[in-house]
Amino acid sequence: MQSLPAIPNIFKLKRGTGSPRRFQDNLVIFLFLLPAIVLFLLFVIYPIFQSIYYSLFNWKGFGPAVDFVGLDNFKNILTDKVFLIALRNGFLIIALSLFVQLPLSLTLAILVGRDLPGRVIFRTIFFLPYVLSEVIAALMWLFILNPDPERGFVNAVIVFLGGNSQAWLGNTDLVLLAIFAALTWKYFGYHMLLFMTGLQNIPAEIEEAGRIDGANSIQNFFYITLPLLGSTIRTSVYLSVLGSIQQFILVWIMTKGGPVNASETMATYMYRFGFVRFQLGYGSAVAIYMFLICLIFSLIYQGLTRQPDYLTGL
Amino acid sequence: MSRKLYMLLSILLVVAFALSACGAQATQAPAAEEPAAPAEKVTITWWHISTADDHKAEWQKEADTYMASHPNVNIEITVLENEAFKTKLTTVMQSGEPPDIFQSWGGGVMNEYATAGLLRDITPELDADGGAWRNTFASGALGVYAYKGQNYGVPWDMGMIGFWYNKELFKQAGIDNPPATWTEFLDDVKALKAAGITPIALGEGDKWPGMHMWAYLVTRLGGQANFEGALLRTGSFTDEPFVQAGQMIQDLVALEPFQEGFLGATYGDEATAMGNGKAAMELMGQWAPAVEKDNSEDKQGIGDNLGFFPFPMVEGGKGDPADAVGGGNGFAIGKNAPDEAIDFVKFLTSAENQATLAKLGVAIPVVKGGEVGLSDPLMIELQKTFAAAKYFQLYYDQALPPAMGSVINDSTQGLFAGTLTPEQTAQAVEDSAQQELK
Repeated sequence: MQSLPAIPNIFKLKRGTGSPRRFQDNLVIFLFLLPAIVLFLLFVIYPIFQSIYYSLFNWKGFGPAVDFVGLDNFKNILTDKVFLIALRNGFLIIALSLFVQLPLSLTLAILVGRDLPGRVIFRTIFFLPYVLSEVIAALMWLFILNPDPERGFVNAVIVFLGGNSQAWLGNTDLVLLAIFAALTWKYFGYHMLLFMTGLQNIPAEIEEAGRIDGANSIQNFFYITLPLLGSTIRTSVYLSVLGSIQQFILVWIMTKGGPVNASETMATYMYRFGFVRFQLGYGSAVAIYMFLICLIFSLIYQGLTRQPDYLTGL
Repeated sequence: MSRKLYMLLSILLVVAFALSACGAQATQAPAAEEPAAPAEKVTITWWHISTADDHKAEWQKEADTYMASHPNVNIEITVLENEAFKTKLTTVMQSGEPPDIFQSWGGGVMNEYATAGLLRDITPELDADGGAWRNTFASGALGVYAYKGQNYGVPWDMGMIGFWYNKELFKQAGIDNPPATWTEFLDDVKALKAAGITPIALGEGDKWPGMHMWAYLVTRLGGQANFEGALLRTGSFTDEPFVQAGQMIQDLVALEPFQEGFLGATYGDEATAMGNGKAAMELMGQWAPAVEKDNSEDKQGIGDNLGFFPFPMVEGGKGDPADAVGGGNGFAIGKNAPDEAIDFVKFLTSAENQATLAKLGVAIPVVKGGEVGLSDPLMIELQKTFAAAKYFQLYYDQALPPAMGSVINDSTQGLFAGTLTPEQTAQAVEDSAQQELK
């Protein structure tokens, strides 16, 4: 019976700080991490510094960058009306995502995650759009939103109901809403899935206890379910905000940021300068701004949301 | 719709290209001459944008013919839709790996590539044997592919922009003759509108279709001297004709002559509207009939109902009413192209092959002897109008540096949307000119 307490001590003794064993352990860890570190440095860190370098030049993208302009690119971006539109659109999409898309996903998650008849079928249907590639989703929405009521589904319905058909993607006031509809359709299934997983982690006993104590289902939702979903909601918000800032494929295929920049996002703006106007230096500067915005948001958000999780306290 | 599919395809092709890039170099390296021994295997990469079925097939056939007579040559064809092509080409250019032969419109973009050393100078080949190859071309067309006296490509088609109209719809609106002046043109638009017909199909989401209308008005108002003054910086893009053209565009837009949702529509939508007889006219280049056909539901277009009239003259304008805005298609030669690539381009631009393209109605020949293939009365008419032009204005978005071309496209879209005034549009172009035309 003496040997039992001695076992952890053996490990402690042999792997103390500075011991050869500890060094060996670290070496193994380092070697296992090496491939990932090399890839990360090569394909993430190196391009970031390259972009920073090029953003200081007036560079067309061919040949060596020689026309050094300092911070001019950064200054010009902030005074460009189109960039400000792109910025505004980004925030608008974020706001819509947070206040429309996520609540919708949560509602559906509660419906299909619990006791709706035929919920497996609904779950599959709701998740389907997320499985499609963004390009295909964008093409489908181009068909659906076609301004000609003989061709576009949405306008066909509107005309059938006695309304006037709308040029959803050709109208500067409507285009962002139309794109947001497509975005929501594409991504609500993903957030729904996140919420469903979160809901499954909430022990049924707690809600049952709530019911026994006389809470109705609304009280149950706001005082038990929602707080316990905290960590899931935080993840969802985080992904949603970053996704909105970087939104490109759907917008580019559906409108190219048009008409007249009405649906421009920072990513389409960056692409336009980098690859359409041959101003890669300027485009790099836009990329740096995007990077900074995402980085600052991530840091602040993580700082703000580092609070105790109800579930881990259980 | 096929344009979007091609976008998908192009993504696949980018991957394929990345994978094949390493292999291609290896085959090109041993160019050492061993005349007697069987010739080295050579792979030529060729990117073109002729997506219409018969045109694509014809080029495949020409490549097959060449490969049959030159067994050592392998030609890899990549067919891309116009917009996807521009995007993809920019990417490979920035990585310094141009295809051997690729679609080019000459002018500003080509000059940019040439300056960066990405193209092969083919002047020696053109001048070989006392200029045997050079002399087969119409010199004006060949000049579009020259920069500082050196040719980096050759044309295979050269034409002009004008109005393509639906005779039947014009008749329904009580219009007997196509308009000759801008005033008549506006009257006809009103008449068509009154008859419940969409007067003009416009894919302004792509921006360049509307840009050509602005450019044509500038050309009619100011003529050659005006544009060249602005280009050579003795004048300015804020000069009167540039502003007035914007005003005329906005007067036209006020009549609501375009199909519903034109600001978000693509050129494909424009061609579809024309091909299905849903709009009375479009302002487009010589390729319009072929694309209309291809985009129409029955693949026939509107057949004999299609007519052509030159851009109307503008009363009081300084430009000659016969002046033409246009341009054409050609091939540029990448810096790594083997000699076989140039020989193949020579074959592609032979009089016989030019005549075949003309017969298909997809090109206006630029090589002497190719015009015998022209049988379509519309094309013959267009070629005559084109030949009568005293001043030939290359498309603005090709004649000017790419950054300027893009600014012009973006700002003219603002004119059509009513978000920019004519003065602001002209100023935006001038601002870009001050940066780019130093």
